[in-house]
Amino acid sequence: MPRNPTHRPAHPREHPLAPGDLLPRDEPVRLLDETGASHADERYGMPPKARLLEGYRALVLGRRLNDQCTALVRQGRLAVYPSSHGQEACQVAAAMALGEGDWMFPTYRDVVAIASRGVPPAEALVLLRGDWHSGYDPARYGVAPQATPLATQLLHAVGYAHAAKLRGESTVVLAMSGDGATSEGDFHEALNFAAVFHLPVVFFVQNNGYAISVPLARQTAAPSLAHKAIGYGMPGQRVDGNDLPALLAVLDEAVERARSGGGPTLVEAHTYRMQAHTNADDDTRYRESEEVQTWVARDPLTRMRALLTSKRWLTQAREHELVAEAEAMAAGLRVAMTDEPEADPEELFRHVYATRPPALQEQWELLADELSRSEASAGSREETP
Amino acid sequence: MTILQDAPPAAAAPAVRETMTMAAALNRALADALAEDDRVVVFGEDVGALGGVFRITDGLRARFGEERCFDTPLAEAGIVGTAVGMAMNGLRPVVEMQFDAFAYPALEQIVSHVAKMGNRTRGAMRLPIVIRVPYGGGIGGVEHHCDSSEAYYAHTPGLTVVSPATPQDAYALLRAAMRHPDPVVFLEPKKLYWAKGEVDTSITAELGRAVVVRPGSDVTLIAYGTSVPTALAAAEAAGAEGRSVGVVDVRTLAPFDDATVTDAVRATGRAVVVAEAPGFASVAAEIAARVGERCFSYLEAPVRRVTGFDVPYAPPKLEHHYLPDVDRILDAIDTLYPDEA
Ligand SMILES: Cc1ncc(C[n+]2csc(CCOP(=O)(O)OP(=O)(O)O)c2C)c(N)n1
Ligand SMILES: [Mg+2]
Repeated sequence: MPRNPTHRPAHPREHPLAPGDLLPRDEPVRLLDETGASHADERYGMPPKARLLEGYRALVLGRRLNDQCTALVRQGRLAVYPSSHGQEACQVAAAMALGEGDWMFPTYRDVVAIASRGVPPAEALVLLRGDWHSGYDPARYGVAPQATPLATQLLHAVGYAHAAKLRGESTVVLAMSGDGATSEGDFHEALNFAAVFHLPVVFFVQNNGYAISVPLARQTAAPSLAHKAIGYGMPGQRVDGNDLPALLAVLDEAVERARSGGGPTLVEAHTYRMQAHTNADDDTRYRESEEVQTWVARDPLTRMRALLTSKRWLTQAREHELVAEAEAMAAGLRVAMTDEPEADPEELFRHVYATRPPALQEQWELLADELSRSEASAGSREETP
Repeated sequence: MTILQDAPPAAAAPAVRETMTMAAALNRALADALAEDDRVVVFGEDVGALGGVFRITDGLRARFGEERCFDTPLAEAGIVGTAVGMAMNGLRPVVEMQFDAFAYPALEQIVSHVAKMGNRTRGAMRLPIVIRVPYGGGIGGVEHHCDSSEAYYAHTPGLTVVSPATPQDAYALLRAAMRHPDPVVFLEPKKLYWAKGEVDTSITAELGRAVVVRPGSDVTLIAYGTSVPTALAAAEAAGAEGRSVGVVDVRTLAPFDDATVTDAVRATGRAVVVAEAPGFASVAAEIAARVGERCFSYLEAPVRRVTGFDVPYAPPKLEHHYLPDVDRILDAIDTLYPDEA
């Protein structure tokens, strides 16, 4: 990855921002209304046509990926899938806001964001398929391994950004989390470190209203999650998380602030997980289907399609092309998930330490011996009629 | 002086005797304790409307109300830390950690405060807290959902560490844990949640007592949690090969019941400890060492351990290679008879 030296100020700003600069708006930023009609904003401009079309393509692919994965779980090809169905605008915007040398620190729910950033879906799904704990080389894509222990990755993101600053690199780090994770102590520590050291981090909270069954009201009594930013001395902003243009505008601004030495930002996207927490969850135990239906009406894809069609930027032919591309991606994924290589048991021992210690070698030899004996007995069983 | 009042007169829940899963037995233990003792409060992540991701608290909020069974903000240090304060002020908190590895944010509270308060205050302030932790693998879970984290707790003086292997013990030991004056880390083997067995709620159990679950005169297997059924299956298989193999279920990992285990091993002269956690510096290692010290002159062969490998818990596709199974136990038993090799 290219590393561009920058001229970021070595010290935090001399004049801390005034409270008015740190508080988010009372209402989330919106550039599209629920019908997909555009909505002018005094501060955030509509991204250009090419960017919107690129975003729409990623949305179509992302939705298809989510739904293919849900099907793969039902077929037993994935161990588990926490779908971001309904949150694809956030997923896509997270990837699009970053440049080549930047880094993303995702969670278990962010497969679509990871894929949008260029990680091949089959590599992104290694964890959830159960082959290994992570399937891609983080440095190759600028994507940290997906974190399951909540909020822990936010500190890693801050440390990565701190190192980038010390090394004089222009990297911006996007630290992703859900609404529930904001209650963990690590969330607080991460925001505080980022603000105190004035680091190039964008904290991106996808507030989908629930942490499994627990609604947002049990996580915070603050007016919004973005309001927490002021307590750390960084700006916070709220954005409609099903409005891709608004997400791009708000994240672009935050990334630009980080890159130009303006320090961290907390962005809260208001969105909704339209499906259960994972396939193992039963969401009828804690929410009404009417609530889900309200959010189906705010589907991020429908809104973007309406915008692009009304502007005549999206032709039928282009729409068909995108659908075909998504189908091809899904078909490729199905093949990749069907052809199942035998997992290699020696992998268990290979990577624990840089050099395999003798005690682990001994344990591997024990297992290898077991395996060869069971193979031999299976062989002899085959021979006996 | 302790700040706790005497237990209120027990409006004991009517005894039942029926076949149920371990999950149902735990649920019933919580319900019976909530009904009998209004100092008991149950809280954690998703324990309210959802009834817990494993449904162990199913129906408790509806039956006992939001004040007795409630969801907290998503913060394990917060859950355990506030349980400390509640116990200091006369309540008996029972908290749920959602999975083994998600209890780690609470370790500071557990190690530095939960475990030490009684000692620090020379007994003036004991903390009757139960920390329930679903633990262990064998369920095809992805990383951080299958840790056997018992050694971290067992290594911490002041904690009583319990793990049941049957629905009956799940009920009786959890009831005992909730009556205990000191903090208990109650490790629930999640692979056994849906295994069924008979539960008689009038049977009580004492913490700190191991139990011989299968007598045997040639070899003693020592196990706890998920490894108990595996050890029993191995004992059965060894029996078919003509060896009389007994099984001890440790049940309380700390403080350890040396007497029961020592008696059993002295009678056979051969011992294998079975546990799923990595073997290095583990509870199994401690048990093997204690048996070695106490039974040396009775032993026909060195004490063996069959444990997980010293690697991070395997991903779902590889976990069958990682987990101790019947064959691995039988292999270990064979090594106790070098002359027959
Ligand atoms: C430290 C920790 N505690 C508990 C869990 C179990 N858990 C997994 S996801 C989840 C809910 C997270 O909610 P949120 O942060 O809102 O993200 P979402 O799943 O909605 O995307 C919980 C409690 C965990 N992974 N890590
Ligand atoms: Mg959420």
